[in-house]
Amino acid sequence: MSKMQDFMGWIDARFPATKMWEEHLSKYYAPKNFNFWYFFGSLALLVLVIQIVTGIFLTMNYKPDAGMAFASVEYIMRDVYGGWIIRYMHSTGASAFFIVVYLHMFRGLMYGSYKKPRELIWIFGMLIYLALMAEAFMGYLLPWGQMSYWGAQVIVNLFGAIPVIGPDLSIWIRGDYVIGDATLNRFFAFHVIAVPLVLIGLVVAHILALHEVGSNNPDGVEIKKNKGPDGIPLDGIPFHPYYSVKDIVGVVVFLMFFAAVMFFGPEMGGYFLEHANFVPADPLKTPEHIAPVWYFTPFYTMLRAVPDPFLGVIAMGGGVVILFFLPWLDLNPIKSVRYRSALHKLNLAVFVVTFIYLGWLGVKPPEPVLAAMGLRFSEVYFLFFFVIWFHSKPRSAGFSFMSLIGLIALYTIYDLVRVDAKTAQLVWMSWLIPSTYLAVMLLAPLYTNLNQEKQVPARVTG
Amino acid sequence: MKTKIFALMMLLAPAFAFASSGIKLDKADVDLSNQASLQNGAKLFVNYCLSCHSAAYMRYNRMGQDLGLSNEQVKENLMFAAEKVGETMTIAMTPEDAKQMFGTKVPDLSVIARARGADWLYTYLRTFYLDDSRPFGVNNAAFKDVGMPHVLWELEGLKKPIYETHKDHEGHEVQTLTGYEMVKPGKLTPAEYDNEVRDLVNFLVYMGEPAKLKRYTIGVWVLLFLAVLFVLAYALKKEYWKDIH
Repeated sequence: MSKMQDFMGWIDARFPATKMWEEHLSKYYAPKNFNFWYFFGSLALLVLVIQIVTGIFLTMNYKPDAGMAFASVEYIMRDVYGGWIIRYMHSTGASAFFIVVYLHMFRGLMYGSYKKPRELIWIFGMLIYLALMAEAFMGYLLPWGQMSYWGAQVIVNLFGAIPVIGPDLSIWIRGDYVIGDATLNRFFAFHVIAVPLVLIGLVVAHILALHEVGSNNPDGVEIKKNKGPDGIPLDGIPFHPYYSVKDIVGVVVFLMFFAAVMFFGPEMGGYFLEHANFVPADPLKTPEHIAPVWYFTPFYTMLRAVPDPFLGVIAMGGGVVILFFLPWLDLNPIKSVRYRSALHKLNLAVFVVTFIYLGWLGVKPPEPVLAAMGLRFSEVYFLFFFVIWFHSKPRSAGFSFMSLIGLIALYTIYDLVRVDAKTAQLVWMSWLIPSTYLAVMLLAPLYTNLNQEKQVPARVTG
Repeated sequence: MKTKIFALMMLLAPAFAFASSGIKLDKADVDLSNQASLQNGAKLFVNYCLSCHSAAYMRYNRMGQDLGLSNEQVKENLMFAAEKVGETMTIAMTPEDAKQMFGTKVPDLSVIARARGADWLYTYLRTFYLDDSRPFGVNNAAFKDVGMPHVLWELEGLKKPIYETHKDHEGHEVQTLTGYEMVKPGKLTPAEYDNEVRDLVNFLVYMGEPAKLKRYTIGVWVLLFLAVLFVLAYALKKEYWKDIH
């Protein structure tokens, strides 16, 4: 035995190093047919590392003090050697994190990766997404610019809309009657230690759960059902070296995009770094237009779509929470979109367009037409989750019509209550958006073969 | 309490109002690689701006290094309000004084170009016009009722606005500003003045982010490195994957 083997033997007798290496890398068998969409999991991990490492260096120079925070960020940008690179990596990383995570989630939606037996992977993933939102929100306060300040003010005030306990709750969160030094300090503590710890724990749980059941793939075929005599899935290949070398290619391509933003347009036209955030926080001067950072805007549109503040908060929260239930809503036995019906593909496409459009609306001022669109597309967003449940199995004509009428009645009653002569045209024209969507999704299976599904192969293809 | 919070939320429910006066902005067309322009902008800045406005995050010696000036040149030509060349560009005027003189805080200009944008600054500095109703006798088309006097009037001269009256779609008479008429010419012609302002804005853009001078160059090298790395990574992947069918 060589010296190296001796050494590893000594370690392995005391710590499961080789065992863990094999379980999670060299003998973790992943399906051989991963495509483009399977890069985003490893990329999310990469961005997490970027954020933690750059975050540590930022913490060395940043001052969480209402009187010094803004200046300390400029100090990092100017006087700290390489400080601007670190800071741009961190600010670009925040947006990159959400881009990567949204694409990763969409992958799961396309290939049914949340379906049995992977429900817990999805739940852990959603919890990561929630923690990420909290992390991003609190981190955004730290530069102490006008958008940091007023954005935090708006979001914390949302808690004030909760009946009875709301006002006290928001004061408790802020530690003051307005966003102030106390808020900055506690957000700093949460941002640099509390939430990152939770994030890392959840990421570990997410990966452990994944490695317990094995990865899904673009065909949605369980590779563990076809094992060779050696007990290794016939369509599986060891994660290391095959996917480790493949992921390196993904990492390099991702870093090219990342570097392009970082060095040539770190503000991304005001979407990654908002212009108004270069004005120091001023509690006495409300900015003319408060827009959250782009990754929150779809949910922000849902908030604004509802006139009552508390119900608005419910809508916004509901928009996130409903995603947790996907594994129990989409009960169609076919996992991958490849073998699902054309109608299901259309449904996913509508969902993507809706989400992006809601995001775009969230950065715009709510002029009447845009506000109407915000409401209608929020309705489509929520109806999507009914439709995906509805498409779980064939439905009778009676049930289809009942569902259609029932759902349309639900929002039409609200429209009837609010409509007046001035808004009639806008209300009823925009009414067609969710109604057409529902009619197509619920009735097409009855009259067309658009809901025809395909035979799922026994083994993975390609 | 609850109504108060609701009122506050409504107040914050963003953007019922639009950004200050939607006038069309002129293109500043600044060029950070033009060192002579940056130096001229620095000179204008320390002479005209840096007595009421601070640039508290900008150090004199850093500016010298970036603009190709020695510490001695900086001390002699650009540093009037500081002792040491490593100091930042602070001013003697206190915020309280400012409030009394101008009715408002005078903003620090370190990152003003990142907040406002070069085009806005370029437009703003060229659209002061005579208005007797204002304390300093001038108003501004880009920033209505601004508290700042027309500091550069000796260079530009003073101009009065030309209005055109027309009816809006609801039949009310409205006045729109269509141009200016020079009342008292300054030391510079309008074209020369535009160039001076462009240099000043160029300097403000530089000051907003000194790293911008080298960011692009470093970025090109990083991308070239990644391109090479991509070729290698892709070849490695190909080599490993040739036995997977």
